[in-house]
Amino acid sequence: MTMLRRPFFWIIALVIAAFVVAPVVENDVSMRESLLLAAVYITLASNLNLMLGYAGYINFGSIVFFGLGGYVCVYLINTQAWPLALAAPAAGISVSLIAFVFGLGILRLRGAYFALATIGVNEGVQAFVQNFSPWGGASGLYLPVSIFQPLGGPMRALWIVYFLLVGVMGLSLYLSYAIKVSKFGLGLAAIGQNEDAAAVLGVPTPRYKALAYSVSAFLPAISGGLYFFKSAFIQPTDAFDLGLSTEAMVIVMLGGQGTITGAAIGAYLYEELRGWLLTSDTFANFQLVVSGALLLIIVLFVPGGLMGWIHGRWPRLKRVFE
Amino acid sequence: MTPLLELVDLTKSFGGVKAVSGLSFAVNEREILGLIGPNGAGKSTVFNLISGVFRPDRGRVRFRGIDITNQPPYRVARHGLARAHQIVQPLPLMSVLENCMVGACFGQENLSLARAREAARESAVFVGLEERLATPAAQLTIAGKKRLELARALAAGPVLMLLDEVLAGLNPTEVERMTDVIRRIRGRGIAILIIEHLMQAIMGLSDRIVVLNAGQKLAEGVPEAVANDPAVIVAYLGDPAAAEALHREART
Repeated sequence: MTMLRRPFFWIIALVIAAFVVAPVVENDVSMRESLLLAAVYITLASNLNLMLGYAGYINFGSIVFFGLGGYVCVYLINTQAWPLALAAPAAGISVSLIAFVFGLGILRLRGAYFALATIGVNEGVQAFVQNFSPWGGASGLYLPVSIFQPLGGPMRALWIVYFLLVGVMGLSLYLSYAIKVSKFGLGLAAIGQNEDAAAVLGVPTPRYKALAYSVSAFLPAISGGLYFFKSAFIQPTDAFDLGLSTEAMVIVMLGGQGTITGAAIGAYLYEELRGWLLTSDTFANFQLVVSGALLLIIVLFVPGGLMGWIHGRWPRLKRVFE
Repeated sequence: MTPLLELVDLTKSFGGVKAVSGLSFAVNEREILGLIGPNGAGKSTVFNLISGVFRPDRGRVRFRGIDITNQPPYRVARHGLARAHQIVQPLPLMSVLENCMVGACFGQENLSLARAREAARESAVFVGLEERLATPAAQLTIAGKKRLELARALAAGPVLMLLDEVLAGLNPTEVERMTDVIRRIRGRGIAILIIEHLMQAIMGLSDRIVVLNAGQKLAEGVPEAVANDPAVIVAYLGDPAAAEALHREART
């Protein structure tokens, strides 16, 4: 394992440990809820980064994976009586497969056309679910409180789901890292920088792009499954909320696209900012306006995001904070 | 002996323009074949047809006995065919070494990352980029980028390289160095199909030459014979006196 010798491997381990230990030591439920949201944001952002930062494809509809994962998981638990331990991975696998098929189709498009198609996928899936009666149509699916009994009651279940979400976040960070230092990652980076040249050099571009799209669906789908299990309620407008997709884009751009540290720090900072905006008197009703303005400022003045700026100033840090 | 690369009756139109029409020629193993012709003759289109960027309307492309017509570029590359572009196509944010690693990883030999790093370093040094290994490709000079095109193609471990005007835009010293590199690449047993406008250079480099005019083959043969071909002189060089001068140059 050459990865064990790299500092970044241990940095990720420290972050996970902090997420696990902090709310337990403090025994602070509101801190846990805030960190839970941060873990979800980090999962969404670092998987979006596989497409946006690595392969250079703008996926505006990445939230569709989260929502579909939520639906598959809640449905399997509610109607098929599957345990969470099976339903969540099943959500990940099935959504990945669907994404692979979608990917082979829409990844023929490039640039703005691809970005539009990803919005279309999200809206199309949402419209489908709204009219799909086994999934409760527009009113969604509810889980009874008794669903938490196998995990030792609601209080304990919330802690367990939190640790699982942190685990999925950790896997997302390690996955991003493993891909970055692999041949697959090199091929994706080549596609991101000059797709035509990459193809002439032998990078199997359609397969790699579809694979990246599919892989980027896996962990967000599991995360969605856990998240909506915890809520015990899922409905189309929450599951396929384009606003959350846009926030994931802002996070990746804020932290620095293509960097793993950037996606993580961006997600954490954004979650804090959002929490502060939502509770402030002035901004409570238009926190998305602030994300829009933030995105504009980043794109105009710091296109590399936080990590892009740091790497530019201190190139040596590239090897530490990847 | 079957040729390494064989084009049979290759035809491609863009709208009403026949860019390449009924073109047939072959490249033999270890050969340097020059492809020349006036601007717009269809030379780069031929390269795009061979490497799979364009699909021909008609005709076949065979490489090492395999029919590669209509195969996408990444499949063609895997068969051992590498290309250097006329308009340089670096992966701008990657270093020189990483650019070459992409070539090595996804070329014929399908190397692992670690072995690709070795192959990449070796080919970068071979073309004279040893001091630029860590430089981002975007920061290279035009001569450097041309070298990078060559190094990246070489790193793939090809049996045939397509070189599209790798000498264009270089000063005489750089041209001299580059032609030397090309000769040494052939010395490794790699066949080369080269497009070039610098007559002196290509006449000196090539074993044989194919002349293209308006998408069709005008002449084929050893450099001297081609340079003396009346059809070539009229259609391509335009002026018999210029051909005469060129002929003398090629000899000296």
